[in-house]
Amino acid sequence: MRILYFAWVRERTGTSEESTTPPASITTAAALADWLATLSPGHAAAFADRTRLRLAINQDQAAFTDPIAANDEIAFFPPMTGG
Amino acid sequence: MSVRIQPEDFDIAAELTALSDGHDDIGALVTFTGLVRGSDITALTLEHYPGMTERALQKIEAEANARWPLKATLILHRTGRLHPGANIVLVAAASSTRQSAFDAAAFLMDYLKTDAPFWKREEKSDGTATWLDARETDGTAKARWIR
Repeated sequence: MRILYFAWVRERTGTSEESTTPPASITTAAALADWLATLSPGHAAAFADRTRLRLAINQDQAAFTDPIAANDEIAFFPPMTGG
Repeated sequence: MSVRIQPEDFDIAAELTALSDGHDDIGALVTFTGLVRGSDITALTLEHYPGMTERALQKIEAEANARWPLKATLILHRTGRLHPGANIVLVAAASSTRQSAFDAAAFLMDYLKTDAPFWKREEKSDGTATWLDARETDGTAKARWIR
């Protein structure tokens, strides 16, 4: 599973990308976020307030309640500010 | 239909000429340019999600072409560190008549603001840097297009 971080989320986790294999019991993006938050204090800070986070699964916007699969690309980021 | 993401600046006149090239049925061409504003900032950095950015902009462009009878559309968005006054984004919509062109250009920008994976970081003259928050008004602007 490839995890990507952008903007201040990336600054807090300390990495723009990581490859992980979470436990098989983790089947939703919310559960994944809970598990990633345990990886380091920076990760915990990144995931502290879910209302400030958005996500994409395989490059499509997604919700924390959505299911995830072993080979997915999942990105966490703040609300977009393009244009 | 054309989507480009690049760090380099663009020449608006050249882009519009290229857009209209080969079309003799364009009666209306509407353009929007977004620039870096702010006298108190030294730079604005645009971070993006390579892969998803192209995908999201192509989706927005396809939606515009499905809703209005357009002859051509262009979304050109820069990335990287930009200075005050610099071009950020160019959106253009061409149609045979003006209402479609105006509406499509506004639609493209309203959707781009909320659904395109870019994030802006502002550097101020006092040396501080902050990530800009998304605006509620952008969400409201997008909502008017919901069917």
